[in-house]
Amino acid sequence: MTKTTFSIAALLAALGATGAVAQDACPIKVGVLHSLSGSMAISETTLKDVMLMLVEQQNAKGGLLGCQIEPVVVDPASDWPLFAEKARELLTVHEVDVIFGNWTSVSRKSVLPVIEELNGLLFYPVQYEGEESSKNVFYTGAAPNQQAIPAVDYFLEELGITKFALLGTDYVYPRTTNNILEAYLQSKGIASEDIFVNYTPFSHSDWATIVADVAELAADGEPVGVISTINGDANIGFYKELAAQGISADDMPVVAFSVGEEELSGLDTANLVGHLAAWNYFMSADTPENAAFIQAWHDYIGDTARVTNDPMEAHYIGFNMWVNAVTEAGTTDVDAVRTAMYGQEFPNLTGGTAVMLPNHHLMKPVLIGEIREDGQFDIISQTEEVAGDAWTDFLPESAVLDADWEKLGCGMYNTETQTCVQLTSNY
Amino acid sequence: MRILLALLVALWAPAAGAQTLQDLLQQEPEAISDPSRRTVGEVLDRLVDSGLPEVPVFLERWQGKEVWQRKSDGLFFYAEEDGDGHVLYDISTGEEAGRTGPRELSELKPNAGVRGVIGSALIEFQLSDPDPARRQAALDAIAKDPAPEQAAPLRASLEGEEDPDLMARKERLLALLSARFDEDPAARVAAIEALGADISVEARAVLNQILASRPAVAATLPEDANVARLLVPGSADLPREAAYVMLVEAGLAPPRVTETEIRDALVASIADGMVGETPVATLGTDAARHAAYDAIAPARGLPPRVTEAEVDAAISTHVFWQGYAEPDATVTAAAQRALGTAETRVALWQGADLLLDAVSLASIYFLAAIGLAITFGVMGVINMAHGEFIMMGAYTGYVVQTLVPDYTLSLLLALPLAFAVTFAAGVAMERLVIHHLAHRPLETLLATFGISIALQQVAKNVFGTQARPLTSPAWLDGAWVINDVAGIAYIRIAIFVLALLFLGLLLFILKRTRLGLEVRAVTQNPGMAASLGINPDRIGMLTFGLGSGIAGIAGVAIGLYAKVTSEMGADYIVQSFMTVVVGGVGNVWGTLAGAGLIGGFQKGVEWLNPSNTLAAQTFMILFIIAFIQVRPRGIVAMKGRAAGA
Amino acid sequence: MTTAPSSTLRPRFVIAGNSSVLWALLVLALVTVGATVLAEAGMISTSFVKTLGKTLCLCLAAIAMDVVWGYCGILSLGHMAFFGIGGYAIGQWLMTARTTDIVTQNLAGQPLPPTPREIEQAVASQIFGVVGADDFPWIWAFSHSLALQLLMVVLVPGVLAGLFGWLAFRSRVTGVYLSILTQGMTLALSLWLFQNDSGLRGNNGLSGLQNIPGLDQWGQDRISLLFLWASAGALGAGYVLFAWLTSGRRGSAIRAIRDDEARLRFLGHGVEGLKLLVFTLTAVVTAIAGALYYPQAGIINPGEVAPLASIYLAVWVAIGGRGRLYGAALGAALVSLLSSWFTGGGAPDIPLGFYTIQWTDWWTVLLGLTFVAVTLWAPKGLGGLFDLVPSRKPRQGDWGPDDGAWRREEGQP
Repeated sequence: MTKTTFSIAALLAALGATGAVAQDACPIKVGVLHSLSGSMAISETTLKDVMLMLVEQQNAKGGLLGCQIEPVVVDPASDWPLFAEKARELLTVHEVDVIFGNWTSVSRKSVLPVIEELNGLLFYPVQYEGEESSKNVFYTGAAPNQQAIPAVDYFLEELGITKFALLGTDYVYPRTTNNILEAYLQSKGIASEDIFVNYTPFSHSDWATIVADVAELAADGEPVGVISTINGDANIGFYKELAAQGISADDMPVVAFSVGEEELSGLDTANLVGHLAAWNYFMSADTPENAAFIQAWHDYIGDTARVTNDPMEAHYIGFNMWVNAVTEAGTTDVDAVRTAMYGQEFPNLTGGTAVMLPNHHLMKPVLIGEIREDGQFDIISQTEEVAGDAWTDFLPESAVLDADWEKLGCGMYNTETQTCVQLTSNY
Repeated sequence: MRILLALLVALWAPAAGAQTLQDLLQQEPEAISDPSRRTVGEVLDRLVDSGLPEVPVFLERWQGKEVWQRKSDGLFFYAEEDGDGHVLYDISTGEEAGRTGPRELSELKPNAGVRGVIGSALIEFQLSDPDPARRQAALDAIAKDPAPEQAAPLRASLEGEEDPDLMARKERLLALLSARFDEDPAARVAAIEALGADISVEARAVLNQILASRPAVAATLPEDANVARLLVPGSADLPREAAYVMLVEAGLAPPRVTETEIRDALVASIADGMVGETPVATLGTDAARHAAYDAIAPARGLPPRVTEAEVDAAISTHVFWQGYAEPDATVTAAAQRALGTAETRVALWQGADLLLDAVSLASIYFLAAIGLAITFGVMGVINMAHGEFIMMGAYTGYVVQTLVPDYTLSLLLALPLAFAVTFAAGVAMERLVIHHLAHRPLETLLATFGISIALQQVAKNVFGTQARPLTSPAWLDGAWVINDVAGIAYIRIAIFVLALLFLGLLLFILKRTRLGLEVRAVTQNPGMAASLGINPDRIGMLTFGLGSGIAGIAGVAIGLYAKVTSEMGADYIVQSFMTVVVGGVGNVWGTLAGAGLIGGFQKGVEWLNPSNTLAAQTFMILFIIAFIQVRPRGIVAMKGRAAGA
Repeated sequence: MTTAPSSTLRPRFVIAGNSSVLWALLVLALVTVGATVLAEAGMISTSFVKTLGKTLCLCLAAIAMDVVWGYCGILSLGHMAFFGIGGYAIGQWLMTARTTDIVTQNLAGQPLPPTPREIEQAVASQIFGVVGADDFPWIWAFSHSLALQLLMVVLVPGVLAGLFGWLAFRSRVTGVYLSILTQGMTLALSLWLFQNDSGLRGNNGLSGLQNIPGLDQWGQDRISLLFLWASAGALGAGYVLFAWLTSGRRGSAIRAIRDDEARLRFLGHGVEGLKLLVFTLTAVVTAIAGALYYPQAGIINPGEVAPLASIYLAVWVAIGGRGRLYGAALGAALVSLLSSWFTGGGAPDIPLGFYTIQWTDWWTVLLGLTFVAVTLWAPKGLGGLFDLVPSRKPRQGDWGPDDGAWRREEGQP
């Protein structure tokens, strides 16, 4: 029994001690909160590597405020409660100055209360469902109006689609995005019976029946388009089934919001040529900045077969904006950096300039790409920079909401009643 | 003098009308480099009307993303990649027109919509083209976007057609065009009736287009309306609220005053803490707000609230019906008849398709579970690492495919290799772990779970977390299409055949070989078998190897139709357990029955509730738990003493 | 573990009769008081206090698991389902109450006093807005009342476990079959929760649970200590309860079920009723542990009741040592804390020259292999170490895992 007491006490001391040590101003610490194990490791490990690369590059340039930047990597293991625990650990034990991390919406919702309570700073790099603007989070991925809405516009205007199948994995991003899209499509005159919605579990692999159901939609002679918010590795089975049933992009184009270069690397794309994806970045973008970024990535990872993708660009922009904001503010203090972030500009890898808006979202161009045989995308449409909208205009409850942390100091401002609904976020 | 000459030439060139394609394109270069489906028609008309012979070729290459634009001067070229740069070819003559360095050209990438419009413009050139592929492309363009004006050129092209398949296709498209667009109603009815009970998507699309209808409302039914059916307000067809909304939209009834409007109106009328005669503080209920609104509404010119009685009255004095856009009732009636027959057949074929899917799913479950069933039967242990053996098999397939680029050969190599690898892993596990835990099934279960999580993580560390491609050979691409409704992917048929093969093989081993005899003996009574000179240890080891080996094969199969990730095993393991539990242990037929039942049940629930695939899985598990109540030892239960083991 | 073997004497009260209970309570008190003192002195972080509090809840779940498996021989691979249900039940109240506070505050600023309908709509759209709904599903009917939801914490798992156990035990499903079925139960629950349509916010689950309504002014450092004490109290009470349950004649009967169920039945004991009692009681205790755990974790979602979680629970108990309550608690505490240390990047990498072992990558492998090793060579787990303490009385008969069921020498290395 005494042994137990000792081991617990020793553990207590070991874990507790780290928390008690006071931190100096140097080095500046950057927390990386991406899952390195579990189901999301497939996507998030790459982002951890990108962060390490960006930090290394910055240190090679002489660091920040005369300090070296030290990355603190933790593994929340695709376990959502663990995200909250690790975020608290990063902020209180490691005392990091900023966190780059999260992929899934639920992990962000898990971290939000902790970050808001401890006044941390999080850069969230993935396209998401919107309906949120936290004082302590900068959203460098796309809001629905920067990805989903333009893609649907492309379907309506350029492809003349009048019947839609919204296929998604059953979780919050597809649910909310599809709700927004349903409202948007109806506002564009698409009848609700012409919108077919289906949700599948994570990692779903048996797609035969669903794909056949969707193919059957064409029977009433309307051109059918598929909008896919299918997540992660379920896409592989889905696209294989599409190819097997011979559904070509000409018959029934599929536009995906969660399929990028990384996901296609697990697939033979020969039969998928012409299907679409909408992002703010494609690896095939032909700019010198992008060429340099890809080169640096390949040098860092030591494998020229590795692809780059949209969330990587989001971290690239987010990290560089943060570095510039810190330099401008002369401190890593969260409130000072936050104020300095507004209006920060940084060149996109796809051309043009990203601007950080007071609603904590970016202004970025929207790209639509067609899948090529080599697993890359042909960029067939690139818009002007679109301002990210925290609260969508297409759902009645959120149409009246606005976020502006610079002037209104509120992330959920009711423009009708002219009051701030709440300062913390919904989680 | 020279200047004068140049001037002359410059003036003369356009005047003479010898406009080149390049000139034509340069009139509005943005329409070519950045086209939109809605606007590209004009440019295409202009190009086609110019009558230049190189236009069809240009259009085809433009459609195929083979046209490039030089950034410096905006001229268009065909180009070929050459090192970092490109070799340029003139778009009119096809002659080489210089070279460029990197990033001096941009490729024109017309989107799919624009490509479709280009395809339509090309129809007239391609319908009689000597190349069958081009004729096919033209027919596809017609099928995709049928239009009345396509009938004439299509009919004209019938004459020279030599290919019988294309001829049939042309005639069919012509019939579809005539059913939908012919000016003579009799001809349309004839064409519709000729479609008969055609269940192709194309034919049904035409019928549905003819039958396109929309809801309408009026005080009385107009004489000339082609009514599909009357709508009864308050029924599922037309809920009461929706009916009233239709009335409001048609301007036949006043809109309801919403709660928000009432609130806003009250807020706007607040004066000195009072709304009219009512104190603001009492407006905390809907009833109070309504009363206050009613009180102030007449004085302030606000619309009165619509009462429920008024809503009912408005609805009852109007007729609601679903009306066809097509005015001719004979045509819609014929289409209705044709569609009715088609739909019955479609339903039947959909049932058949569902059955095929169920069989396919069952064969996958069978392959995944049979190894587990054998080891469970013989040794009474559940191998939680079974899923990881599936994963090992799949990764073996992936590794073989990276080493042997030929997909057919690599598949033929991968199957036995996957078997060998997982067989060895199974035997090793049996010798090192399970053997030492004999008679302690619960601990075996947990120990194998330890191995399972370790193997999963090792796979992640070795192969990375990305899904890896395992591509089936080209002859397994595509699907066996019975008709537009029913069909099944070849790869699924292959998995089905593989499952059959292993069913046969296992039956043969168990029923016809010495090993099988010994295995059955050990399954029934290990003690007695041992005293008859059978070495249960050896049998256990071999069975375990065999079960694991089949898991490896299943891994290759699953990898081919789905994906290869370190977690793929976990996706199948619980299903496999359920299959074994439902089927009954230690019996090949039991596993087959279990897999069939679970596959069929899951597809059945999916069919009942197509928008939620998750529910199917939940219901399946509840069903299994209930099923165990009825048959605690599975469908095919062992009898006698063995049952107690 | 030196509970007096059942004798003709009236057994003394369990705490007095079982020295391990006293020791365990003492250690628990030391840890709790120690952690409080250190936390107040600023020596350990709030984050660590929360980890400690959560660990105590896991210990409580682990001893419940130990009773059902180590004592009663039912390897339940579904007990974390009850843990999750407890969390969901308390989470419903936490979310509703917190959101109602926010909404009432906001609506109070409006020119008109809010109607009950407006409040409910606003609360619902705040809670369910993220999953694209704006009505309260039926399953939230009691969420406005703390008392009713607390009742649900006990009632729902109790009824579910009772029903499941009754069905399973009645049809004499035992052994591996039963394990697989319990696994099926938790899988069905997690799949059902995953569906958005089930009304519990699908994959997102319930979040922001660490903000306790009414305790806003407290701050997380105080709240975390409060929950540490509550968890410690629950663990202590649970420990005593289970020590009592497994003592005396009833305890012997429970162990007899593990060792030879058929023989016990032939001796005229009602096996089913006892099994049902143990299964249901442990389910309820696990649910209480869950209700204390999730307000500290801050978020609960369907992944928490996935089959893997329940298997991990069994792993903790096995590593700690089955058949002794302190073993289970020790295993849960040690493995979960170590897990958090390794995945947190706390463990130093080991460079091998050609390859560097990073513990974030290899920890799971180590855990898996340790687990195999424990099962193979140390079936008594860590708890077995206490048998080596020389001052102890020699054990009368081996109560070790499954030993009684088979030959005596099995279970030894």
